[in-house]
Amino acid sequence: MIEVNDLTVRFGGVTSLDGMTVSFDAGTCGLIGPNGAGKTTFFNVLSGFVRPASGTVRAFGDNLLSIVHFRRARWGVRRTFQTEQAIEQLSVFQNVALIHEHSGLSRASRRADVLDAISFVGLRCDPQASVATLSAGDRRLVEVARAVVGKPKLVLLDEPAAGLPDSETEHMGEVIRQIPEQTGALTILVDHDMSLVSACCSTTAVLDFGKLIASGPTAQVLRDEHVIRAYLGTAEV
Amino acid sequence: MLDTANVTASTRRGPVLRRPTTGALVRGVVITVLVLFALFALPQLISLYYVDTMTEVAIYAMVALGLGVLVGRVGLISLGQVAILALGAWVAARLLFATSQPFPLVLLEAGVITMALGTLIGLPALRLRGLYLALITLMLAGAFSIVLATTNFPNGGHGFLGYNGSLINIPAIRRPSIALTDPAYYRYSVVVAILMFLLVFAHVRTRPGRAWAAIRQSEPAALAAGINTTLYKLWALALASFVTGIAGGVYAGAAHYLYSIDFPAQDSIILLAVVLMGGAYSMWGAVVAALLLEFLPAWLNNLGVSNDWLTILFGVGVLQVLTTAPAGLADQVPKDLAKLGRLLTGLARRGQSPAGGNAVSEETQ
Repeated sequence: MIEVNDLTVRFGGVTSLDGMTVSFDAGTCGLIGPNGAGKTTFFNVLSGFVRPASGTVRAFGDNLLSIVHFRRARWGVRRTFQTEQAIEQLSVFQNVALIHEHSGLSRASRRADVLDAISFVGLRCDPQASVATLSAGDRRLVEVARAVVGKPKLVLLDEPAAGLPDSETEHMGEVIRQIPEQTGALTILVDHDMSLVSACCSTTAVLDFGKLIASGPTAQVLRDEHVIRAYLGTAEV
Repeated sequence: MLDTANVTASTRRGPVLRRPTTGALVRGVVITVLVLFALFALPQLISLYYVDTMTEVAIYAMVALGLGVLVGRVGLISLGQVAILALGAWVAARLLFATSQPFPLVLLEAGVITMALGTLIGLPALRLRGLYLALITLMLAGAFSIVLATTNFPNGGHGFLGYNGSLINIPAIRRPSIALTDPAYYRYSVVVAILMFLLVFAHVRTRPGRAWAAIRQSEPAALAAGINTTLYKLWALALASFVTGIAGGVYAGAAHYLYSIDFPAQDSIILLAVVLMGGAYSMWGAVVAALLLEFLPAWLNNLGVSNDWLTILFGVGVLQVLTTAPAGLADQVPKDLAKLGRLLTGLARRGQSPAGGNAVSEETQ
């Protein structure tokens, strides 16, 4: 469980997150909002790339903000990026093993854990294949494999299906749905594809201009008048 | 634990990830033959002029290798590598004059001291990238050139600087007893260069190499993967400085006499240009870069062509590489040769085939 309390992030005169207070309990939770709402900034705070002006984040009882950014992977934070970041110079296996070897996990289990993660996301390619030779969809899956390898506690997925065709988005949705069950990790999904969010997330929080405007069961949140107004500028749909 | 039902038995077997390839074996044989040729045959086939040139090639291959680690592997652009080379040469010369330690030990000490100082100089790299880092390192190199011009290189004098100010009877910097002649010192330099290449190879193929690849592509992604980017950038700086420091020590023995004019700060720019042309990501690229930097001018000089043309040539070369072959000549030339081979094979088949040119058209498409 993650409890975020009064989280505020400022970049100069811009307030990206404005007193955000929310909790993500378990399973796969959605985090949605219009462009510039502060979703990626929130992920960057959880990853340690951005230092908040105020607020606290307690994850599974630990003060997440007190952990140095590169140590958070060792703690159990894993993430994907809006712009896919699979490492081209490395093979699929090396891409996934990279996180395993820097997370303080046993070397003895590395090979099996990495192959498990590659298999779990449904990658059918040769683990030795260079990432540079993969399709966009497979590269996204490599990123997700990196996020689930080992023992993640918190998996942050930032638009993992962006730009993918419907069939690959559907497959990605199936993988995302299984992450909490298979790894035990709390998963937070940021996406603009509401059908993906609806299919994967039992609960969803909504940000607009850095403020939390709604949170709760996904179906209920997506019908919320404030949410519709935030996305469409009007409540009349 | 993840659902592993989909993992096939063949995927789980160990050899899948470690199978030896024919290509790797061929590469191994080619490298061994080239090394043996460079060590034993080449000095017999070329004049003393070119033996000295090839010694310089071995030295600058190490310098290019160090820069290749920074630029190609980590994405840190340094324009101060010639200053690091001069630093290594200075330390080695000072130790060779001041002590009677064996030459290899002096080389090692020069490498370690240069590594410490080079890493210290490179500390701004922890916060800077791209143009800003290039500017900072160039300015530091310029400052070091001024210091060298003021203090001079050691020449057997006393005190910390070891410079005696005399213009005559200056003792030469000694060489190892097993490599007193130029051909022997050439072989010595090649062996040292091979050791440095093996050292870098051992890094790029293991944990630091993978971490550098991640940092080069995206520092946030590397941090998210749990990589201590500060540590690994420092590691790269230390390795590059160590290799360049060793090269400086070998340079001191090759030159016998060192002058600050031999290490102008602007040479670092030319060095970066040839490393990009050779291929910053490839270790072969370092050899190509050294050939461009040292052999090509010597060859043109022997032909009576002015070296001024090289500046233009390198400018055009960098433009060509950046636009058409980002991986450099070390990557492009084998590909072009393979294409040429396919073209010639197609032409040969066309000549043998009574039906005409279908084979050629297919091969050349």
